[in-house]
Amino acid sequence: MRLTRRELLTTFLGAPFAFAACRESRPDRFPDGELAGQNVDLGHILREHRTFEVSADKWRQVKVVIVGSGVAGLTAAWKLSKQGIEDIVVLELEKDVGGTSKSGEGRPVGYPWGAHYLPVPFRENTELIELLDEMRLTEGRSAEGDVIIKEQFLCRQPEERVFYKGRWYEGLYLHAGESEEDIRQFSEFQKHTDHWVNWRDGKGRRAFVVPSALCSDDAEVVALDKISFGEWLRQKGLTSERLLWYCDYACRDDYGLKLDQTSAWAGLFYFCSRVRKSGGESQPFITFPEGNGRFVAHLAESVKDKTLRSQAVVSIVPTESGVDIVCFDGAETLGFHCEKAIYASPIFTAPYVIRGFNEAAPFDARSFHSNSWFVANLQLKDRPKPRFSRDFPLAWDNVLYDSHSLGYVNATHQKGIDHGPAIWTYYYPMCHEPDGRTKLFNYEWRELADVCLTDLARAHPDIHELCDRIDIMRWGHAMISPTPGFIHGETRAKALKPYRNIHFAHTDLSGFALFEEAFYHGLRAAKEVKE
Amino acid sequence: MKRVPLLFLNVVIIATCGLIYELLAATVSSYVLGDSVTQFSLVIGIYLSAMGVGSWLSGFLETNLASKFIEIELAVALIGGFSAPLLFLTFANVSYFAVILYSMVFAIGALVGLEIPLLMRILKDELDFKDLVSRVLALDYVGALLASLMFPIFLVPKLGLNRTSLLFGMLNAIVGIWGTWLLEPLIKKNLTLLRVKGFVLLVLLGIAFIKADSLTTMAEDALFPDQIVYAKSSPYQRIVVTRGKLGHSLFLNGNLQFNSFDEYRYHEALVHPAFAAYQGEPKRVLVLGGGDGLAVREILKYPSVESVTLVDLDPMMTGLSEALPALMELNKGSMKDPRVSVINADAFVWLDNNDIEPFDIAIVDFPDPNNFALGKLYTTRFYGLLRAKLRPEAAVVIQCTSPLYARNSYWSIIKTLEAAGFYVKPFQTTVPSFGVWGYALVKQQPFETPQNAREGIELNYINQNSFASLFDFPSDMTLPSDDIEINRLDNQALVRYYETEWRRFE
Repeated sequence: MRLTRRELLTTFLGAPFAFAACRESRPDRFPDGELAGQNVDLGHILREHRTFEVSADKWRQVKVVIVGSGVAGLTAAWKLSKQGIEDIVVLELEKDVGGTSKSGEGRPVGYPWGAHYLPVPFRENTELIELLDEMRLTEGRSAEGDVIIKEQFLCRQPEERVFYKGRWYEGLYLHAGESEEDIRQFSEFQKHTDHWVNWRDGKGRRAFVVPSALCSDDAEVVALDKISFGEWLRQKGLTSERLLWYCDYACRDDYGLKLDQTSAWAGLFYFCSRVRKSGGESQPFITFPEGNGRFVAHLAESVKDKTLRSQAVVSIVPTESGVDIVCFDGAETLGFHCEKAIYASPIFTAPYVIRGFNEAAPFDARSFHSNSWFVANLQLKDRPKPRFSRDFPLAWDNVLYDSHSLGYVNATHQKGIDHGPAIWTYYYPMCHEPDGRTKLFNYEWRELADVCLTDLARAHPDIHELCDRIDIMRWGHAMISPTPGFIHGETRAKALKPYRNIHFAHTDLSGFALFEEAFYHGLRAAKEVKE
Repeated sequence: MKRVPLLFLNVVIIATCGLIYELLAATVSSYVLGDSVTQFSLVIGIYLSAMGVGSWLSGFLETNLASKFIEIELAVALIGGFSAPLLFLTFANVSYFAVILYSMVFAIGALVGLEIPLLMRILKDELDFKDLVSRVLALDYVGALLASLMFPIFLVPKLGLNRTSLLFGMLNAIVGIWGTWLLEPLIKKNLTLLRVKGFVLLVLLGIAFIKADSLTTMAEDALFPDQIVYAKSSPYQRIVVTRGKLGHSLFLNGNLQFNSFDEYRYHEALVHPAFAAYQGEPKRVLVLGGGDGLAVREILKYPSVESVTLVDLDPMMTGLSEALPALMELNKGSMKDPRVSVINADAFVWLDNNDIEPFDIAIVDFPDPNNFALGKLYTTRFYGLLRAKLRPEAAVVIQCTSPLYARNSYWSIIKTLEAAGFYVKPFQTTVPSFGVWGYALVKQQPFETPQNAREGIELNYINQNSFASLFDFPSDMTLPSDDIEINRLDNQALVRYYETEWRRFE
C-alpha cells in the first residue's frame, strides 16, 4: 500500500509537523543515495524450512565455530586467539563484519552505521582497558590508577547541542528558558541519580556499573526493573517537561525505547553506571569518525583469515562430542564439525537454527524482543551556515528537541575538520509506532531519505542544497529492548548458561545493547570454551 | 467632496501597514529569540496597548490636525519601514535587543493609534458621525485582514522580512505625501517642508529596498569608523580592510588583525625572538596562520632562511596582497617570494596528515580563540602535532592574546604549551592598536632567555632595551592562579575563558 507524503511524515515526524512540512513547496533538489543492505533475504532463508545437504568433502573439522561477527563474536575470537586457540572459524551473515558497530568508508572520513562511542571504562574493567592499550589509545595511568586516554580519541568539545524553537543551545539538557520548578526538579533528579551512584550493597557492589554482570542483585535494585522509567519518574513527583524529554531522549538514544517502554533499572543504569563518585562527571567518551567501527576493525584483524562472510548459518546440531554447523552462502553449502560453538547472534534467532532447541527449550528465546532503527549517512558538500551569530555552533552530537529522531552525529568533528565537506550520521529509532519493524520495511530509500531531510530541514533549511548523497541502513533487529522485567527476569538468567556445547555470547544477554556488554559476553564465552 | 473616498483608501493602507509592522516585529523577534508563542503574544499585546495610548494621546492634539497627521504618517514610515533591518542589525550588535524591540513596537503602535482618531476628526466635517465611524472602522479591519493574508502568503516568501518592511515604509510615505495634496486646504503652513520630508524619506526607503542585499555592508560601514577599501566574504570569514588617517587596518569577522601604523611592533615581536633563541642558522620556517604575509616579511630578513611554508585556511586571505596593492607594499611582496610556499588548509588537519621534513622555526599566528574551531589550534593535541614537525632544537613563537585583557586565556595557553612538553618563556609587548599583547617563546629543551635580536637585521621597534623588557611581566599580567586549566580538545577551556574575559569589553 502506498502512502501519501503526509501520511509518511505523520508516521515518522508527527502530525503537526507533517502538516506544516507538506504545505511548504517541495525542494527542487534531492540527493542521490541507496539502501545500504542488510542481508535480509539470506537472513530470512531460515524461515523457509529448506533442507541443506553438505557434500562429504565440504565438511571441516575445527575446534570452535563462532556464529556472528558483531562485537561479542569478534571479542570471543580475539580472546580465543590470545588464549592460544587458533583453530577457529567465524561465520557472518553479512558481507561485512561488525554487526551494529559496523562503519562505512567515506571522504574525508569514515562514518558509523550504528554504535559510535565508548565511555572510558572504570579502572576495574581491566580487560576492556587491555583492548584500549593494545589499540594504543592510552597513554598510561593516573595516580589513582585510572586509564588515561590520548586526547585525540576523547570526544572533542563542543560535544552536544540541542535545537529548540529555532535556535541551538549548548548541551543536551535544555537549560534555556527553564522555570524555577524545572530547575528544582532537575536538581532533585540529580539527587536521585547521585544516591544510586553512591549506593553499595552488603557486599560492597555498586547498583549500576559496567559490565552489568557486576551490578548488585539486592532486592532494592532488582525492584527497579519491575516498573518503567516513566513510572519511576512519576512516583518521584518529577513532571518537568524538559526533564522528561531529557530522560526520554536518553532511553531512545541508548535503548531505542520510549520512557514508558524502558525499565527504570535500565533508565537509571544510563545515568549512574558511568559516574565514578557522587557529584562527579560522567566518564568521557572515546570516539572516532567511523564510530565503533574502529574497535571492530581491530578485533576483526586478529581473525581476518578465519572469518567467512555472507554465510547464513542454517543449522546447528548439538552432538555427543560437539556441534555440527551448516552454513549456506546462497550457492554453496559448508559444514563444520566442532567441539564447541559460540552463538554470537541475536538470541531470538536461536530456535530457528539450533536443531531440537524447542523440544526441551532451555529458555524462551521469543521473549528477547528487539527494536528497529534506521540510520542515514549524509554527505554534505558544505556545512549549513549558522542562522544567527550567537547560535551554538555545530557539535559532535546535534539533537532536535521536537523530533522523534535522535538528531545527527558529525563524523568529521573528531578529526578536527571544521570547514567544508562533512558527513553526518542521522539516527531514527522506530519506537513511536506499535509495529515499527513492519512499518520500517514498508518504506524504501526515497521515503526514508525524505523523512530524514524534512526532519533536518527544520534546523537547516538549506539541507537539500548541501546534501549530495544520503545512504540509509534499515536495522530490523538493531537492539534488544530492556522493557520492564526483562533484565532481572528468569529468561535472561537461563540463557547465560551453555546449551549442551553451545555457548551464547551477545549483548542481548545483558538485556540492553552496549559495546561493553557485548565485549563482556564475548570474553565470558571464550573463557568458558577454554575451560 | 472627492477626497473623502481617497482618504478612506488611506485608512485601508494605514491599517495594513500597521498590522504588517506588528507581524514583522513578532516574526523577527521569534526568528532571533525563538519561542514564537511568547514573542507573538508580547508583540501583539504591546502593540495593541500602544495603539490605545496613541488614541488617548490624540485627544491632546487640538490644532493643525492635517499637518500633524502627515507628520505622524511620515514617522510611521520611518520607524516602521526601517524596523526589520534595524532589528536584525541591533540583534547582531547589541545585547539589550529586547529593549529596542519592544520600544520600537510601542512607538509604532502609539503612532498608528494616533492616526485613525486624527483622520476621523479631519473627516468629521465631511460626513455624518454614524457613517464616519462605521466606514472608518470597517475599512480599518479590512486593512488588517489584507495584511494578515498577504504577510504569510506573499510578502515573507517573496520579499523577505527586510524588503517587506521597507516596502510598507514606502507605502506609508506615499500616503503621507499624497495626503499633502488631499488635505492641502487644511494644511496651514510648511506645506513644502512636509513634501520635501516625505520625498526624502521615500527615496531613502527606496534605496534601502533596492540595496537590501547590501544591508550587511551598511552595518559594517556603521561599525568601521574608517573608509572601507576591501570587503569580501570567503567561506571561512568576512574580510574587511579599511583606510584611515593612520593607515590600513585588516578586520576578520569584525576583529582587528593589524593596523599598518603599528603592525611592525606586533610582527617584530612575533618573529625575531624565535630567531634569537635558535642556535645556528635556521633554514626551514613554518608559519601557521599569518596569511597577510607580514610575519613572512620579517622572516625573509634572515638570509639563512631557505624555505618558508605558510599554512593558512583561507585562500582569499593568502591572496589578499594580490588584490590589494597597499598590502603588497606593506608586506614587501613577501607572499610572492620564491622561498615562500603557501598551503591553504586547516593547520590542525594539515599537521595531522602530512609527512613533512621538520622545521627549524615555527611562527604560530592564529586569530584569537573566540570559537571552538579556533580553540582547537591552541590545545595540547595541536601543540603535540606541532612538536612532531619540529627539529629537536627548533624555536617557536605563538601569539597568545592579551595577558592584560584576557589574563586567564593567556596563561591557559602558556600552561597548555607546558603540558604539551614545551619549555616556555612568556613575553609581551605593547601594540597601540591592540593594547598589551602576549606571546610565548618555546623550545623542546630548557633554554636561556635570549638577550637581543640577531645582529645585522634591520628593525624598527626591537633593540637591546626593548628586547629585554619583552620578558618582564608587570604584576597585573602574571599568572593569576594555579587553577588555570590546560586547554584540551575535550574541554576547550580556553574558548570559555576567552569568551568570559573579552565579553567584559563589548
